[in-house]
Amino acid sequence: MATDVPAVKLIGWYGSPYVHRAEVALRLKGVPYEFIRDDPINKSELLLQHNPIHKKVPVLLHGDRTICESLVILEYVDETFDGPPLLPVDPYERAMARFWAHFIDQKFARPFWMSFWMCEDDEHKEAFVKEAKGNLAILEEQLKGRRFFGGDAVGFLDVAACGLAHWLGVIEEVSGVTLVNGDEFPAFCKWAKAYVNDDTVKQSLPDRDELLAFFSGNKEIYMALARATLHK
Amino acid sequence: MAGGELKLLGAWPSPFALRVKLALSFKGLSYEDIEEDLRNKSDLLVSSNPVHKKIPVLIHNGKPICESQIIVQYIDEAFVGTGPSLLPGDPYERAIARFWAAYVDDKLVASWMQTFRGKTDEEKAEGVKQTLAAVEHLEAAFKECSKGKPFFGGDNVGYLDVTLGGLVGWVHAGEKLYGFNPFDATRSPLLNAWVERFGELDAAKAVLPDTDRLVDFAKMRQAEAAAAASNN
Repeated sequence: MATDVPAVKLIGWYGSPYVHRAEVALRLKGVPYEFIRDDPINKSELLLQHNPIHKKVPVLLHGDRTICESLVILEYVDETFDGPPLLPVDPYERAMARFWAHFIDQKFARPFWMSFWMCEDDEHKEAFVKEAKGNLAILEEQLKGRRFFGGDAVGFLDVAACGLAHWLGVIEEVSGVTLVNGDEFPAFCKWAKAYVNDDTVKQSLPDRDELLAFFSGNKEIYMALARATLHK
Repeated sequence: MAGGELKLLGAWPSPFALRVKLALSFKGLSYEDIEEDLRNKSDLLVSSNPVHKKIPVLIHNGKPICESQIIVQYIDEAFVGTGPSLLPGDPYERAIARFWAAYVDDKLVASWMQTFRGKTDEEKAEGVKQTLAAVEHLEAAFKECSKGKPFFGGDNVGYLDVTLGGLVGWVHAGEKLYGFNPFDATRSPLLNAWVERFGELDAAKAVLPDTDRLVDFAKMRQAEAAAAASNN
């Protein structure tokens, strides 16, 4: 049987939440895959050949098929392989899951990132923090008392929000800015804990200490970038 | 089969609202077309899209769906028995369609807007450069997706045709206003032909805005912006 199944490979960079999204989807579906570790500083020919448009990871290789962009990969994995569904079955619930995933990647992302890396004395920092917290409150509300955004089990939106579960704590520690606390965001904190402790998710989470070292090493770069992109 | 009441909150010049109208038109679905004044947003719009307060919003049996691409996918999934399917049946072809649809919004639309709205000649020129680079990729995408047939969707209009189709009105208006057509016949012959072909379809003609009306709208907005700038 194994020889008939086209091989699945995933090109990724260690520590990327977008790569984690793809990995966890494959694991949730029970799909065996080979992880090809690429280097963002020194991108491989394989990556450039398979993602010439964006030159980014994750890239999923399934037989002779190439799929890029993490959310596109999530939907492809969901539709192609058997196993528990990642997206809800109901069209309206699917639209909501897609909407909130898109929200996380677009509107949510900038104030969130800028809150951490703007200088303490920069007058804009407070505004970013306020906006980021407002967005977190919106997400808190979406949990609606459920364990996961997907209900009882990890689903599409939980995977899309993975950065907020595992990477958030590391970024808070390195930057010295705390956005999330149990008093203001109780449901969100419970969710984050449930996500990182899920048996399947755990297998593809990067080591926290390694992440800490990575973000600490890049702190100055992030702060410089935040200053440079302030008025974009 | 889903029936029920459909309302679309939109604005006639908006290419994003037009995408939804195209999807509804190609599916043969009736709806109440509610024109929003974006300078005086209705309570219905603000309560239906509290996160972004933007059009388009589709309201189906009282439940709102936001973000044009998410709305089009919703229409395709909720009305699966009505009219043709917009997304392909095969998961890999769906992934390719989703990848390029995201590319249209993230790369093409952003740089094309800059050709209109850039504050300096340099910004506008950069917009033109980026737009043409994006179009080159889309021309190749068209070749790959259409496989020699008239549309991205093959013999019939599909998701990517509708996604790009929302821009067709402004392609013609932009050419009249600025002499710039991102899909010109020399650089992108396939897409140039596609624009004409798409615009000739009855379901498209039923909803595409009149080019001269768009030109007048753009000139009016430019005059307002110039007046506002000179009053500072």
